[in-house]
Amino acid sequence: MVATAPLVGQSVRRKEDPRLIAGQGRYLDDIHLPNTAHAALLRSPHGHARILSIDTSKARALPGVVAVYTGSDMKDTANPLPCAFTAGGVPNNLPPHRALAVDKARYVGDGIAVVVAEDEYIAHDALDLIEVEYEVLPAVVDVEKARAEGAPQLHEEAPGNLCMHWTAGNQEKADAAFAAADVVVKHRIHNQRLIANPMETRGALANYDPGTGELTLWCTSQNPHIHKLLLAAFVLGMPEHKVRVIAPEVGGGFGSKIFLYPDMVIVSWVARHLCRPVKFVETRSENYLATQQGRDHTQYVEVAAQRDGKVTGLRVRSLANLGAYLSTAGPGVPTTLFGRLVSGAYRIPAIWVEVEGVFTNTALVDAYRGAGRPEATFLIERMMDLLALELGMDPAEVRRKNFIPPDAFPYSPADLGLVPYDSGNYEPALDKALQLVDYRELRKQQDEGRKHGRLLGIGLSSYIEICGLAPSAWMQAQGWGAPLFESSQVRILATGKIIATTGSSSHGQGHETTFAQIVADQFGVGVDDVEIVHGDTQGAPFGLGTYGSRSLAVGGGAMLRSTEKIKQKLIAIGAHLLEVSPEDVEYADGAVSVKGAPGRGKAFGDLAMAAWLVSSLPPGMEAGLEAISYYDPPDCTFPFGTHICVVEVDPDTGKVKILRYVAVDDVGPVINPMIVDGQFHGGIAQGIGQALFEGAVYDDDGQLKTGSMMDYAVPKADDLPSYETARTVTPSPHSPFGAKGAGEAGTIASTPAVVNAVADALSHLGIHDLQMPLTPQCVWSAIQAAK
Amino acid sequence: MKHTVALRVNGKSYEHEVSPRLLLVHHLRETLGLTGTHIGCDTSQCGACTIVMNGLSVKSCTILAVQAEGAEILTVEGLAVNGVLHPLQQGFWEKHGLQCGFCTPGMLMAAYNLLNRNPNPSEDEIRHGLEGNLCRCTGYHNIVAAIRWAAEEMRTGAFAAAR
Repeated sequence: MVATAPLVGQSVRRKEDPRLIAGQGRYLDDIHLPNTAHAALLRSPHGHARILSIDTSKARALPGVVAVYTGSDMKDTANPLPCAFTAGGVPNNLPPHRALAVDKARYVGDGIAVVVAEDEYIAHDALDLIEVEYEVLPAVVDVEKARAEGAPQLHEEAPGNLCMHWTAGNQEKADAAFAAADVVVKHRIHNQRLIANPMETRGALANYDPGTGELTLWCTSQNPHIHKLLLAAFVLGMPEHKVRVIAPEVGGGFGSKIFLYPDMVIVSWVARHLCRPVKFVETRSENYLATQQGRDHTQYVEVAAQRDGKVTGLRVRSLANLGAYLSTAGPGVPTTLFGRLVSGAYRIPAIWVEVEGVFTNTALVDAYRGAGRPEATFLIERMMDLLALELGMDPAEVRRKNFIPPDAFPYSPADLGLVPYDSGNYEPALDKALQLVDYRELRKQQDEGRKHGRLLGIGLSSYIEICGLAPSAWMQAQGWGAPLFESSQVRILATGKIIATTGSSSHGQGHETTFAQIVADQFGVGVDDVEIVHGDTQGAPFGLGTYGSRSLAVGGGAMLRSTEKIKQKLIAIGAHLLEVSPEDVEYADGAVSVKGAPGRGKAFGDLAMAAWLVSSLPPGMEAGLEAISYYDPPDCTFPFGTHICVVEVDPDTGKVKILRYVAVDDVGPVINPMIVDGQFHGGIAQGIGQALFEGAVYDDDGQLKTGSMMDYAVPKADDLPSYETARTVTPSPHSPFGAKGAGEAGTIASTPAVVNAVADALSHLGIHDLQMPLTPQCVWSAIQAAK
Repeated sequence: MKHTVALRVNGKSYEHEVSPRLLLVHHLRETLGLTGTHIGCDTSQCGACTIVMNGLSVKSCTILAVQAEGAEILTVEGLAVNGVLHPLQQGFWEKHGLQCGFCTPGMLMAAYNLLNRNPNPSEDEIRHGLEGNLCRCTGYHNIVAAIRWAAEEMRTGAFAAAR
């Protein structure tokens, strides 16, 4: 019984990697079942059109085509896809979203028909043989135009193309603050539409066994249990215990693989019809057209302040583009996860937020890395810089002046109805970042540079975010139609090996490693003695999945509950074998030992064998060492930090070069530093992508102009800098290990740091209104216009 | 109308009848069962399908199987020899150069070719050399570190010694 250094806190190499670096990962399209038929979807080429007729006869006649189905074929045996996260507390218009359109196509990409064929080449050939008569209708893609009088109406159920009008805060207080303000700064922000672009597109493979009545669906999912429940209970009307959903290796998600999609419904429905496996894998172009996109807020923001820099009021009006139909969580993101977060790291006494969710003839919008918090953080961090400019103050000092002080936690922003910020200490992170970039020296270089026409800029972002989602009761009050606990099942086998099943659903985050570190430490075994199982609903307790940076804070909580229950049994067995009372022993270093006499104990392996052999157990004790636990967190967690971006703008080309990117983040104690750094690297890359490169653009007819990777600029290796990461550590008072969640904070923090840097580089030229992405053309045009 | 295609992949010979429009990436994945090479886009941007063909890194989604007649192909499945990881694979493991792993086979093959051409690349040269391979998870930071680790290992370490 030798004490070993704990694994928690170490950068353990990932257990996932050996198979992935050898090309042995089994992603959705790598899974082959005999006799699989391939599905291809015919999609509307029009942004808005009535479907008058569909003639599938020529397609059905093509050799190798098995069947062709339309929305009419499906509508009586497949319900619409539900919306499970409405905007709470207000009426929501909830028009139906069918897997295949029946009366109208409402966006380019809307599914019209499915071809099922012997191989995918034939399936795609057959698409061209389907004849559809459309009556093309006027389309609307802009939220303000969609809300205007006389706009084309997408849904009977949503007059004025409105899903909901939602508010938060105290309007009277806010109006009074603005009336009394020394200074008011106003800005219009378009937080532009983005495409998630996981490197693996989405797909689904369904198999129906008519003998058992069981449906098995493999799909690219961040939450297989949710997909199972929605499919079984809401859409297909199948008994829940006859549906199994499996998330195999999943190649990234960033939120886009949370939702229920038409193709999952379609392959399941077709598989049941044909009694053979049916596979669908979207092309990247289809992913662009018809996988959920992110962001797309048009925001009008006002900040009221005193002359000394103290912010006294904040008013926000946002129009959130929801797309043509409601995605699974569509209305919840721009309300609960955006509207309640707008005051950021600052103590603002008077806040008023209004959000409208608007339907337009575009792809559906829902959570994308950060889900509402990037939209909130960009807003407040940009406004803090604009306020600093207005007052002639340093942007670091304006932030410092308004920070929620460290003794104010748990902290609830004024009137916003948010669960309290659990812990925070914002100044040390700011100071560490300023010190790492040598801020004063940078300002000198900037001033010096300006004399020679060099455009250097420094951008700050002092963010908070909400993650570790979430207490179920609070979320249900917000309009989330599910719980948000997480589950675990831990089993110690006869030979002392451990299987720990989690409802979390890793798609790149390394849970097989970090959860193994946690479980191994709990029992004092090696990390390779623990197998983390995830992704298959069969035999696993219900879990809510991986998004909202919750897997450690909530999934870890469930894991620890299970390990604790098992440890209690280990103590009881060990005490019995040692012939002492349970109060006289403790579990440490892989053994149950008499307190104060560590040499006298029973090792974990012996205890596991005793639990299996049964004969030496205390009388009445059952065999086995296992526990199932559910953990519903008491609060969310609130990571924070300061990022600083240093840029140089080329005045001749408008190109922005990032000279340095420094991130000081506080996610509480860290289980695997290497993995957490990796999450920040990837998150920051996506945030820089939004700031400088990316944007999904529709024309007025609803055609997606950025329809492929040729036009949508996913950043490449030579577009991005290396990142300097550092940490402060402020534990959460309530979460496992005090850990907070790290998956999204990089994206949330970085976009405003970059935009603030470019604005800072150009502000002396009188340029203050910069809308993303800050492409060379955008920046160059702004410079020209200011001359 | 079918064509016969004979090629060698990872040192093994194969001969099959294929449709003239069959993409090489589908031939590798579906006919030969080598699913390590992935498909990430439909416009040749992403590089997930990168393999080494006749000594050059190529995007197998943009090559027809019939164009690979007589070719010598190396895919990710052929990088490790007798169970010993290639330094690039080891480097990606050591330096956390992958998260979801979907871009990784293509990255490895592109890096393989990069280091063949330039055994001691600078950070800029690595980043430029990877412009045909997209990653959405890592932000490239650790991929660069992994390739530098591998380059160093191949120049000076056990791998170099074994040669």
